[in-house]
Amino acid sequence: MGNLLEHMGIEKDRVHFSWISSAEATKFVDVVKEISDRVKALEPNKKFVKDYN
Amino acid sequence: MDTCIKKIRELSADLLEKGEVEKVIGFAKGTIPMATSPIAIQSKQDVEKLVFNSTCGLNLANYASGQKGKIAIIAKGCDSRNIVTHIVENQIQRDQIYIIGVPCSGMVDKHKIAKLFEDEIIDFSEDGDTLIVSSFLKTLTLKKQDYLKGNCLYCTHKNPVLHDVMAADPVEEQVLENPFPDVDLIEALDLDAKWQYFENLTKNCIRCYACRNACPLCYCPTCFVDESSPQWVGKGQNKTDVNTFHFLRAFHCAGRCTDCGACVEACPMGINVRDFTRKLNKDSLELFGWEAGLDVTKRPPLDAYSPDDPDDFIK
Repeated sequence: MGNLLEHMGIEKDRVHFSWISSAEATKFVDVVKEISDRVKALEPNKKFVKDYN
Repeated sequence: MDTCIKKIRELSADLLEKGEVEKVIGFAKGTIPMATSPIAIQSKQDVEKLVFNSTCGLNLANYASGQKGKIAIIAKGCDSRNIVTHIVENQIQRDQIYIIGVPCSGMVDKHKIAKLFEDEIIDFSEDGDTLIVSSFLKTLTLKKQDYLKGNCLYCTHKNPVLHDVMAADPVEEQVLENPFPDVDLIEALDLDAKWQYFENLTKNCIRCYACRNACPLCYCPTCFVDESSPQWVGKGQNKTDVNTFHFLRAFHCAGRCTDCGACVEACPMGINVRDFTRKLNKDSLELFGWEAGLDVTKRPPLDAYSPDDPDDFIK
């Protein structure tokens, strides 16, 4: 799914997949930190956004 | 293909006469030139209605499921692969279907031919590899090879993979060095150009869902686009909704699509909706060594787990 999104022009860093157990609090924090850093590094997303106006 | 249709009619008449099948699903002449429509023949007298030529681009496997009693079906290479997929997905039992296999030399792209004419096409005939197409203003003699549908150009399964009887001798399969040159072209673009490419591709989409209806894979009783509670995707012409529909439709076909091209054949706006599914077919082949509909004993990759499955996308 990530591959097809990238094929359509969505940056790979916007979509993340992870498996975290409810007992893995530290892994959760690490993954979320990494995701926010990588998404913040990109410009604001304009693709696949619905304009309601 | 003339000898082939004689054989198809003979076989169908025989099956119906002996009562071995309730009906034969095949192609009939359409109401306009260069068009054929699916037909279910129930009596021997009607077999003359069956035709088979280079305009039979729809996929008859779409009409195979949900039938009562045993049926016979005319199957090109791609139709037979979708019948295999139907059997694997329990949409039909193998003993419920009698497959009349037809080796296929490719179907023609009607949009490509229509572009050669300023006015309406009024006649279409073919003789081997030559097509003769006429409009009111002119008659053109064309080489079939130059006007094949996109999926037929890269087809490596022209002969039925599963059949009970063949209507003609198998044709030679082509061996392609690169089966996905069209996907490579899009992959070579940068991200914004890719996005622009797909925005342009779907800009004429009228959300008629002909692509979905023609697709043998789309057999859900209620499609996600038709659901209203919850409503997964907007139903209007908003371009984000249009792209969401195409993206999700394609993804529902991941690892199942046989690239039969029925979606493109059915599209009234001439959109090459295969551009979405082709990428998934390429991934299936590269990541899982999988081509859909070749073997009734194998489960599709997204339906089975193996410790060797690629997992570098997950953290």
